[in-house]
Amino acid sequence: MAEHKSGAPVSSGPVQVELLPGPPPDWRPGAGEPRLPVPPVPRLSPRRAYLMQKAVAPNWLNKRLGAVVERWPLARRLFTAAERASKEDLFGCRMCGQCALPVTGYSCPMGCPKELRNGPCGGVGPGGACEVYPDRRCVWVAGYERAASAGHADDLRRLQRPVDHRRFGESSWLNYWAGRDDGLWTDDDGLAAPAILGDQGASEPWCAGERAAR
Amino acid sequence: MSALRDRLAAGQFTVTSELSPVRGASAAAMQERGRLLLGWVDAVNLTDNQGAHVRMSSWAAALAARDVGLEPIMQMTCRDRNRIALQSDLLGAASAGLGNVVFMTGDYPKFGDHPGAKPVFDLDSVTMLWTARTMRDEGKLLSGNELKPPPEGLFLGAVENPFAPPEEFRAARAAKKIAAGAQFLQTQYVFDVPAFERWVTALHEEGLTRRCAILAGVGVVRSARALEFMTSGKVPGVTVPEAVRRRLRGVPADELGAEGHRLAAEVIAQVKEIPGVAGVHLLTAGYEKRVPDLLELAGVAQGRGPAARDGTTAGAAQVSA
Repeated sequence: MAEHKSGAPVSSGPVQVELLPGPPPDWRPGAGEPRLPVPPVPRLSPRRAYLMQKAVAPNWLNKRLGAVVERWPLARRLFTAAERASKEDLFGCRMCGQCALPVTGYSCPMGCPKELRNGPCGGVGPGGACEVYPDRRCVWVAGYERAASAGHADDLRRLQRPVDHRRFGESSWLNYWAGRDDGLWTDDDGLAAPAILGDQGASEPWCAGERAAR
Repeated sequence: MSALRDRLAAGQFTVTSELSPVRGASAAAMQERGRLLLGWVDAVNLTDNQGAHVRMSSWAAALAARDVGLEPIMQMTCRDRNRIALQSDLLGAASAGLGNVVFMTGDYPKFGDHPGAKPVFDLDSVTMLWTARTMRDEGKLLSGNELKPPPEGLFLGAVENPFAPPEEFRAARAAKKIAAGAQFLQTQYVFDVPAFERWVTALHEEGLTRRCAILAGVGVVRSARALEFMTSGKVPGVTVPEAVRRRLRGVPADELGAEGHRLAAEVIAQVKEIPGVAGVHLLTAGYEKRVPDLLELAGVAQGRGPAARDGTTAGAAQVSA
């Protein structure tokens, strides 16, 4: 995720210093972005990204902010646009509305051509090239390296539940603060006891069962 | 419903093989190739539009394979069907008694004969396995709706490529599939036996090879052209180590096939000795005639062959009964 929000768009100015080399131009908005996902290059260093996670945590302040923003359709639209602008720039975000970045080493899995949220496919080339776009790096190779470098490699062992395609275009921060994305992934590697898959038909959480069990 | 499960559960060294469905509306040619494997392999994988090339659907091919006495393993990729179609096809397969199913993400359409096709990838291999296990064990669809009756006899399989980057994560990725429900796992081509051993040992030490039978993928490099193709990088996920390339190029071109055959037999013999390996999966489509010789050369042909065929046929008859 990116910076703590107060309703105004995040300025990418102050964080430029720590940015990694910019992504290739063609996935960026307005530059002929293809309809199908193409692996982006995360621009924010893992250390910085994990720090910023704290700023968007669902604490009292953020929950309150989210509740206020959600009350006004215009505020919600502006907030969502700001999230889109900042996360597109930093992570090649595709606005799935159910952000997995905190457990993928801040490498966006929705940029994988197969949109894999549970790790790399078997087609990753030697050197870590994407199978589909050999001139790009596999988002999971990047994600594993980034997570491991920050001591978060075990995050990738969690089981990710299926994406809810109804949420595309929504603000994942608002969903996060309102608890609408509870149970996007399992608490652990799911090996000790069978993880509950959950109920995708339900309008609210992904895994009502697991949440109730907690 | 699954003779494959019984064999693996009994701890017997197991041989499965790929059998690719035909591009056409009759399974006769595939059945003819399949007959050559009768008694020699314990089950055959019916691939699901492999390499994103259109072939007869894997469930229909699986029924055709069963008709000639083979134990079918139906492959299902997440490339072409969304969660509705996948669950529905799985119910259909289970109702027809097709108990062995292997799930995988699938090759990207770009590599196939319809590169302009819309890639689906609604679920991935892990969530698909998870869904199938939930359908079987909890009797529920992904939606939570109840199944009457659930597909009780399913034997769930997965695939993994132990050699693709990030190599350190590949055992963990297999573990995710096991956590999701995989009971057997077939790997990509094993040419690099030490790397394979590292991967399987990581799973073995976690106790996961007891929960999930590991079958090492073994292929035969049949010609200089095949070697060129496999090392060209055009086949997703296949890597041939330098040492193997040197060995195969070191022999006269007309003997390369024989050397590839010997190499495959050596790989089978070597992986057989690795703790945690339950068998091999032959990635030898079109090589059915030589499979008996390959297994004999590898020293795993004992109890196999036409003599064992009656047993296989009886097992198949039970399945369809």
